[in-house]
Amino acid sequence: MAATVKYDEVEVGQELPATDYQVRRLNLVMYAGASGDFNQIHWNERFAKTVGLPDVIAHGMFTMAQGGRFLTDWVGDPAAVIDYGVRFSSMVIVPDDDQGATITVSGVVEEKLEDKKVVVGLTAKSGDARVLSKARAVVQLS
Amino acid sequence: MALNRDFVGRTYKSTTSYEVSRVKIKEFAAAIGDNNPIYRDRQAAQAAGHPDVVAPPTFPIVFSLQSGGEALADPELGLNYAMVVHGEQRFEYVRPIYPGDELVTSSTITEIRSAGRNELMTIRSDVTTVAGEPVCTTYNTIVERGGAG
Repeated sequence: MAATVKYDEVEVGQELPATDYQVRRLNLVMYAGASGDFNQIHWNERFAKTVGLPDVIAHGMFTMAQGGRFLTDWVGDPAAVIDYGVRFSSMVIVPDDDQGATITVSGVVEEKLEDKKVVVGLTAKSGDARVLSKARAVVQLS
Repeated sequence: MALNRDFVGRTYKSTTSYEVSRVKIKEFAAAIGDNNPIYRDRQAAQAAGHPDVVAPPTFPIVFSLQSGGEALADPELGLNYAMVVHGEQRFEYVRPIYPGDELVTSSTITEIRSAGRNELMTIRSDVTTVAGEPVCTTYNTIVERGGAG
């Protein structure tokens, strides 16, 4: 296990550049199958509307996974993400077209801990909506 | 309908273990759109210092709620599943998850509370190997919209 980011080269306040992740209906169908979460609000527009939603919405866990990708791509080793938590603060609405929705994730190093660990705060937006809040990870650097 | 507070403190253990496979890790990585070879190529994972491919950070969602699901389905809890959305989620790792791991989960309802018109319930799931080695702990908060209305 080896993070490619070195603790000594990271500073509190350092920003991790924003990355866009596309989410189309196909991604939600794949995520439903892989995760076992077949709630119809994630693939059936007709059902989503009957329970008061504007359209099909992404699984919260799909959005959280995009934040996870952002972290693991930054640190270079999935196993370096040793604690990762989020609050789901808004829905990611996924229209039935070729573009789908965009989730934009960015991060900032909030704190340097002992044993070469850092706290990274994430921001995730879809359109104007902040879709994750209190999104934080403890990452083991090298 | 308000959730039954008597459920706080109840623990549900998985009756069968979940065996992690390379195929499932690869499928999950594909579903989250992540092309990282460390999730699908054993040699790439070994070159990075792992014994085998590694599960992505959010992978435990695949199995960690199986035992807690028993509580959610209990009519005495009073949960209207159609109104449930995911509130919060956290994964705290002791070690990475690898193919071949046989994992069991012990899920405890740690809190039920009202927030405005919603009911919130938090389940902590301790994930260990069948031999009892701690692997990770997950925290899952669900929101029942309008449940406290």
